[in-house]
Amino acid sequence: MNTIATLVKGEIGIISEESLDVIPLKLLEMGCLPGVEVELLQVAPLQDPLYICVNGSHLAIRKEMAAQIKIIKS
Amino acid sequence: MEIHKPIKVALIGNPNTGKTSLFNQLTGLTQKVGNYPGVTVDKKQGTCRLSINQTAIITDLPGTYSINPTSVDESIVLTSLLNTTDKDFPDVIVVVADIENLKRNLFLFSQVKDLEIPIILAINMSDQMDRKGISLDVETLQKELQTEVVLISARKNIGIEAVKEKIANCAKVSITYPLCSINHKIDGDYFKQLKAVSPNHTLYELWLMITQNNFPESITDEEKIKLLEFTQDVSMVKRYQHKETIYRYQQINEILKRTYKIDRTKAKDLRGKLDKVFTHKIFGYVIFFGVLLLIFQSIFDWSTVPMDFIDAQFANLSEFVTKQMNSGVLRDLITDGIIPGIGGVVIFIPQIAILFLFVAILEETGYMSRVVFLMDKIMRRYGMSGKSVIPLISGTACAIPAVMATRTISGWKERLITILVTPFTTCSARLPVYAILISLVIPDKKLFGYFSLQGFTLLCLYVLGFAIAIVSAFMLHKLLKVKSTSFFVAEMPNYKLPSIKNVVFDVIEKTKAFVFGAGKIILAISILLWFLASNGPDSFESVADEVTNNIENSNLSATEVQRKIASSKLEKSYIGIMGKAIEPAIKPLGYDWKIGIALISSFAAREVFVGTLATIYSVESDDDNTSTIKQRMRAEINPETGEKRFNLAVGMSLLIFYAFAMQCMGTLAIVKRETKSWKWPMAQLIGMGILAYVASFITFTIFS
Ligand SMILES: Nc1nc2c(ncn2[C@@H]2O[C@H](COP(=O)(O)OP(=O)(O)O)[C@@H](O)[C@H]2O)c(=O)[nH]1
Ligand SMILES: [Mg+2]
Repeated sequence: MNTIATLVKGEIGIISEESLDVIPLKLLEMGCLPGVEVELLQVAPLQDPLYICVNGSHLAIRKEMAAQIKIIKS
Repeated sequence: MEIHKPIKVALIGNPNTGKTSLFNQLTGLTQKVGNYPGVTVDKKQGTCRLSINQTAIITDLPGTYSINPTSVDESIVLTSLLNTTDKDFPDVIVVVADIENLKRNLFLFSQVKDLEIPIILAINMSDQMDRKGISLDVETLQKELQTEVVLISARKNIGIEAVKEKIANCAKVSITYPLCSINHKIDGDYFKQLKAVSPNHTLYELWLMITQNNFPESITDEEKIKLLEFTQDVSMVKRYQHKETIYRYQQINEILKRTYKIDRTKAKDLRGKLDKVFTHKIFGYVIFFGVLLLIFQSIFDWSTVPMDFIDAQFANLSEFVTKQMNSGVLRDLITDGIIPGIGGVVIFIPQIAILFLFVAILEETGYMSRVVFLMDKIMRRYGMSGKSVIPLISGTACAIPAVMATRTISGWKERLITILVTPFTTCSARLPVYAILISLVIPDKKLFGYFSLQGFTLLCLYVLGFAIAIVSAFMLHKLLKVKSTSFFVAEMPNYKLPSIKNVVFDVIEKTKAFVFGAGKIILAISILLWFLASNGPDSFESVADEVTNNIENSNLSATEVQRKIASSKLEKSYIGIMGKAIEPAIKPLGYDWKIGIALISSFAAREVFVGTLATIYSVESDDDNTSTIKQRMRAEINPETGEKRFNLAVGMSLLIFYAFAMQCMGTLAIVKRETKSWKWPMAQLIGMGILAYVASFITFTIFS
């Protein structure tokens, strides 16, 4: 199963529709929506958190959250 | 000429879009900082002249990504927008958006627009458009959004006049339509029934009230009961909120497709390169450590010159007043109470201002977010969050703003732990206490012929402060059973050169808040102390007579007689009695009643320690001799042993006590406000007190 956490640095995926229920409202509101491209920009030195770019927003989220958001690799 | 009533304007926008920059441009030096009732979030207001007979009162609201709040700061925005009957309710709202991230900024805009309050959209950072390859069709955007749109650059002062003009006109016209009618696409029936509850409120207002459980005064109890019925099905409400978000984004995407173009290849390179360095697994930490060293170095080194200067000026002032005024109670109050009291606050300004300067620069440039990113995993082991780093650093200046800075931490448990351990970090109020004790008991030698032993001791105390903060955080993490859904998301803003204007305003504002906030307490305590030390239950005349009678036959010099009288007066004063009362409890730590007095007064604020000793010893000396506090402390003898009172064991024990004890009323008050209960500040007071007592006892035993 592919999630944001399984992306490698520089890779892009598309957030899958079924993730809608697990994404917290705040993340949705910041532009992290199903059907949108997400790119993994950096991984913190201790492998957590992840630094992503989604819908033009540059965000740092923790791995446990990222691992719940399913994606389709493009 | 008729003077019109001022127009009330609120600035709303995502964090880092330039609200404060625009606010500074509009209001200049007229700004004032107040508090929102009940919470300690700063409320910044200023006046702006629009025309000869028209002014505007501008409010800078906290940054937020959505009208649905997830923190105390953000809930301010919602509350001020729902309370339509409040006297501060805005006549017009200026939504500040960042051109680089217009989509997300328009999301917030669309929510505010649906409240049907007059609104202007100010799109900021227009100076970046060429470099980032952005083009925008303002005309079409205006039509699509049914809103006045202005392109501005708050930093380059472009478009500010246009904003003023629109504010003046918009308040007059004041017609507005909702942008996204949420009801049709989600559930027509549900929303039709919701709207029917109250004809005086827009549908979106009602929807916000029920989803955020935030009911303004204009809602009657009856209406409230009806509204609450709509929230019965929690998962349905949540689903509707998700749908609403997606729907809003869809609509914004459509609009932007027609109006906004960005050449993605142009923008990225610099951010990417800098990120690579600042979040590198080795250089990232090296740079962060270097920044910390630079901050500490400047706090201690650069501030000594202005601090010595301030110290000298206040001493001169005291002397001047002494010469000018006739002796009496009023003169004593001024020279021994008020002047040292004010001096005790003013002396911290250099250190606090330097620290705030660094924090402001680090935040402005966007570097602070990289620190959060680097430190999150490490801090999480100790039950905190990457965002706890900022309060812990700020704590080295003053715990009060540091506790307030924890508001950005969204997980309650992480935030609570950060609040609880922040007072362990060595705040600048501890510094004068450390300084005087170290210079008394630690020999002025060099370690390895280079490092000063005294400086090294100070460094150790700082490290000790951080270490105990981390250790107690770890213990709290394991012990505390608090329900908390921690959810972490941090925006990584683009790197920017700091704007000097913003930084200067920020430093002035925060320093002012410290001086007037903490200053009031410290000054009041200094005066109270002076009173308690110069009055007692028995008449002081009789004390003097008694002493004179006792020593009648001995051949002491006149000054020595005076000194004996003064010391005996102090012993009989209110504060002397209090000191004596706690003497048995603090004897195991090596302290006598005079140190006891200093401890009692320190419970109001640590820095009072030095002032108290100054008061005690100047009351005691009672002549106009010019020996410094330090000389007087050094001369103090322990009558039981005949040795110096401030020997190594007592000095070390006091240092440890001050490192661990919770001795700051201001911090306790802030913790109470931020945690909304007395439980946590009391836990801090007692827990840190016990720790301080035990640790000092052990230290005293080891060294004596
Ligand atoms: N290039 C550019 N930078 C700006 C402009 N306005 C603000 N900034 C910068 O954007 C950052 C955030 O600004 P600030 O006013 O603190 O935003 P706030 O968080 O919304 O109050 C700061 O580094 C400002 O210097 C602008 O018009 N152009
Ligand atoms: Mg701001």
